[in-house]
Amino acid sequence: MQNINITLNGKVTAVAPEITILEAARQQGIDLPTLCHHPDQRVKANCRICVVEVEGVKNLVPSCSTRVTAGMNITTNSPRVRETVRTILELIFADHPQECLTCIRNGNCELRQIAAKFGVRDIQGEKRKHSFSQDFSTPSLVRNPDKCIKCGRCAEACHYIQNVGILYSHNRSTEISISPEYGKQLADVACVLCGQCALVCPVGAIHERDDTDRVWEALADPQKHVVVQVAPAVRVSLAEEFGFPSGEIATGKLVSALRSLGFDRIFDTDFSADLTIMEEGHELLDRIANGGVLPMITSCSPGWIKYMEHYYPELIPHLSTCKSPQQMFGALAKTYYAQTSGLEAKDIIVVSVMPCTAKKFEAERPEMDASGSQDVDIVLTTRELGRMLQHEGIDFRMLPEAEFDSPLGISTGAAAIFGATGGVMEAALRTVYEVVTGKTLTDLNFTTVRGMTGVKEASVDLAGMEVKAGIAHGLANAKKILEMIKAGQSDYTFIEIMCCPGGCIGGGGQPYGTTNEIRARRIEALYQVDENMPLRKSHENPAVQELYQDFLLEPLGELSHRLLHTQYCSRS
Amino acid sequence: MNKMLDDDQIFNISPGRHVDLDHHCQNGGYSALAKALAQGPETSLKEISDAGLRGRGGAAFPTAEKIKMLRANTEKLRYIICNADEGEPGTFKDRFIMTHIPFQLLEGITIAAFMAGASEGYIYVRHEYPEAQKILRESIEEAERRGFLGENILGSGFSLSLKLFSGAGSYLCGEETALISSIEGKKGRPRLKPPYPTQAGLWQKPTLINNVETLANIPKIIEKSASWYRSFGTPDSPGTKLISLSGDVQNRGLFEVPFGMTFAEIISEYGGGAKTGKAIKAVNIGGASGVLIPPEMLFTPLEYLACSKTGITIGSGAIFVLDDTRSILSNVQNRLRFFLHESCGKCTPCREGLRQANLILDRLLAGEAVRQDVSTLERYTRAIQEASFCGLGQAAGNSLRSSLAYYRDEYLASCRDNKPSFIEEETA
Amino acid sequence: MTAIKEVVNRFGKEEALLLQVILAVQDADPQNHLSEEAVNEISREMNISRSRVYSTASFYSEISLKPRGMHIIRICTNAPCENANKASILAAIKQELGIKIGQTTTDGLFSLESVNCLGACYMSPAIKIDDAVYGDLTPEAAVAIIRNLRKEYQNEQNA
Repeated sequence: MQNINITLNGKVTAVAPEITILEAARQQGIDLPTLCHHPDQRVKANCRICVVEVEGVKNLVPSCSTRVTAGMNITTNSPRVRETVRTILELIFADHPQECLTCIRNGNCELRQIAAKFGVRDIQGEKRKHSFSQDFSTPSLVRNPDKCIKCGRCAEACHYIQNVGILYSHNRSTEISISPEYGKQLADVACVLCGQCALVCPVGAIHERDDTDRVWEALADPQKHVVVQVAPAVRVSLAEEFGFPSGEIATGKLVSALRSLGFDRIFDTDFSADLTIMEEGHELLDRIANGGVLPMITSCSPGWIKYMEHYYPELIPHLSTCKSPQQMFGALAKTYYAQTSGLEAKDIIVVSVMPCTAKKFEAERPEMDASGSQDVDIVLTTRELGRMLQHEGIDFRMLPEAEFDSPLGISTGAAAIFGATGGVMEAALRTVYEVVTGKTLTDLNFTTVRGMTGVKEASVDLAGMEVKAGIAHGLANAKKILEMIKAGQSDYTFIEIMCCPGGCIGGGGQPYGTTNEIRARRIEALYQVDENMPLRKSHENPAVQELYQDFLLEPLGELSHRLLHTQYCSRS
Repeated sequence: MNKMLDDDQIFNISPGRHVDLDHHCQNGGYSALAKALAQGPETSLKEISDAGLRGRGGAAFPTAEKIKMLRANTEKLRYIICNADEGEPGTFKDRFIMTHIPFQLLEGITIAAFMAGASEGYIYVRHEYPEAQKILRESIEEAERRGFLGENILGSGFSLSLKLFSGAGSYLCGEETALISSIEGKKGRPRLKPPYPTQAGLWQKPTLINNVETLANIPKIIEKSASWYRSFGTPDSPGTKLISLSGDVQNRGLFEVPFGMTFAEIISEYGGGAKTGKAIKAVNIGGASGVLIPPEMLFTPLEYLACSKTGITIGSGAIFVLDDTRSILSNVQNRLRFFLHESCGKCTPCREGLRQANLILDRLLAGEAVRQDVSTLERYTRAIQEASFCGLGQAAGNSLRSSLAYYRDEYLASCRDNKPSFIEEETA
Repeated sequence: MTAIKEVVNRFGKEEALLLQVILAVQDADPQNHLSEEAVNEISREMNISRSRVYSTASFYSEISLKPRGMHIIRICTNAPCENANKASILAAIKQELGIKIGQTTTDGLFSLESVNCLGACYMSPAIKIDDAVYGDLTPEAAVAIIRNLRKEYQNEQNA
């Protein structure tokens, strides 16, 4: 389509037709302020701080929702615009608790950044005293309704991206509240704790439960042996907390950072991801051979599991009984690792660093105590680890490269890609192919299962046996597959579902500012990590082989079942 | 009630007189529908266009233009919605139309639907008008029984299925996109425009939305011709307006007034002027969304062009008179409370701006405000008027702005630092 | 069949009818409101999430999520009624019933609410009790209407 001419702050410029004024301005290097706008969401035009002047239009127009037309004359920097935006910000502040010093978003609050940019010095409006109570009801998320600025991003994520819909706009006028119904807490409604709401909240109205103090305490306790496991997604995301571009691979620095915090052992969730492939791959083959429930669906995403338990409990038999890599790790750390290192299980504290808020809930599930006590003690999100490192004053750029510890730090490229949508499927296929056919895979790249498309399919021929794979990420897409299964229209054999868009790299605990564009770059980085690893198939992991040889004996064996498999419950 | 002419006017509403279907037909009712069906939609639309009919809900958009925009769509499934969510304070005209001359309304809806090519329609009546809902429901059933609605109307092949939907207590549902949301079973929150309802309205289909009074104008235009219609009113604003007159006048009530009469004439000839011994201090025209004007401006004629030049919003045509015993600020406070209660709460300038404006008015009336508060109020008013998401915020802002423009002295007089001994503060 | 199921069957299950269903359920409720059980049942019958049913109900001021009395007395708060001495009508009603706006009498007979413009400004001050609008009121006339309703109720109880 032909470009059109518009005038922007007096300068005539050619832009693509039908783009918004916001986009046109950004292309010209003018960054208009926004709060309710999010590139992955529908346009809301609620906050009104992006308003600009358009010649011939009586009132100001929101730049996020107004499309350019040929000859449009736009002014973003007139005194009228400036006064209006400052006034609207003042109005928001008058309704917002003035607790910035102690707020968890101090430093990365979008509202505060805009306030600083716009030089709002005086709040004329009468400040409102709020009386909403905070919601500490779940292990994963904390809600501070007083801080809500009614931008609606969380409800949009919950409704349209995740299709869960427990956060909704209730009442009207100044009584408006974006929350569960009847003033209920998250634990009282069917919230899956995915944290996609927290990921998009511009302020401190909803955020992860902060467990950093518990980790400081554990690290300071000389009696305790504190081990840490790190999810695959974290190594391609953490550097963003220190200003690196998205998709920066920082595995070595990550290990260094954890060492400098004082962890006794730096292990890798990738190790237990390889283990998960062993158990889950054999479970799949067992179901295929012996008429078990098919399609089998992956079970490493705790937000996804909670979703199943709330909304589709009748389909629970389809779930793999395998625990997630985080939980398999915890169980082994306090049994296998304790034994082989001569430690007492009670002296071991297992900390995990995850891109995920639901993992905090998963660690506290009552059945996750196969080792005799809570298998995973504390879960930190990527953001919390970032905060701990900043607290320590660590300059991420100056950290040396370091290696994970043995044996629970050894992994393959198949494990690394667990963090991307399609990664678990691809890892599983690499192993299952070789186990069934007895042949060596020449091309390890199952590219058809990769990428940000919502629902993906692939068909693999395993010595005459066809495995039809389905992959979905984000719960709205998961729902599509589940409805197919319910209607008896699914011909899949094996399905990978990840709760969050993009997979774990798009999780609710990831660095703020996550967008689909950034998700794609993190995914690319993980496949790069995979390519650079000497071993790329889970069954070739020597530490995993040793684990089976010396301890578990065989996949799906008695000890495996006790430590590495679990069961689910209906929550409907 | 009909003071002006001996001839029939457009509405001929007499309080207490309900016109049933037989009487409606006896007085020429449904002859317009038959004529429209026979001559076709284009000819009928030309008549409406020649008559210069404009929307009577407040926006005053030329009705024929709106219908033409619908006709321009390739989408064949189209809807018609009659906006009977009369919520503007001081307005009761639609209530009278629905309870007294329901068949004139139904006939107007049917002809409009025919011209627009709409086959399904809704009348959205506010919940606070149960009597109107009942009468309309019964009237629709009767019209269907007698072949004036439903399948194959008067044997013409044109069908219109008309349903009654109830509102549930939200002034904002009088705004067309919020109304559509409400009919779709959702909260009455307004939507982004464009797209406009004529392109993508109810269920994203082209939708004609018109006010009760607008639609009830149509039958007489078709029956008696555009030139007959233009014999009332002025060239810019032909026809008549139903005026809801209330407040400090001798006679309150509903009056059918030809455009062109001045507000002063309307108040004295229909309303009997102010109460004995009192003088008019201010007049609120257009309801809460309208303006508050001083007596000098009452010599403006009731006409869209003249009023727009002087900044008067005719809106729903409500005229509410305040005499010299009344407080301007109390009236403003009353209207601000109304807007805050009816705000959907979605956008910041309306929700938070109105909240603060209410607080300032409360302080002013309690004698606790300072002059700085008035400047702040003016600044907030500008933001509310210029940056709100929808017409409610814009109207609230406009209404507040007009009161500040004409009655700033009253605001300042209420400030506790208005005494000469106080040093004038620098206003922001 | 429960009253709610009957309403949903009468209207239909399309989500567009949610508001109409909520209003009808409220009308059929002896306490003139939408209870939490009603929200749950409507959600099940119409296959609409509970949070959405609640969200829609909580938006509109003619829908009550709290139990109310048999008769809802609504008093108009807008300028035409305000200027026509509404305050004294309201005071008389409050004294007669012993409740404030937003409350219900202990015998469950009357609830008092404010409403925005009844369209009765030509006969202000006006109040609406259930479906009837009463205008040109004096404090005494308003109280008389209420006492009449109470007498009717008592007669029905005794019969």
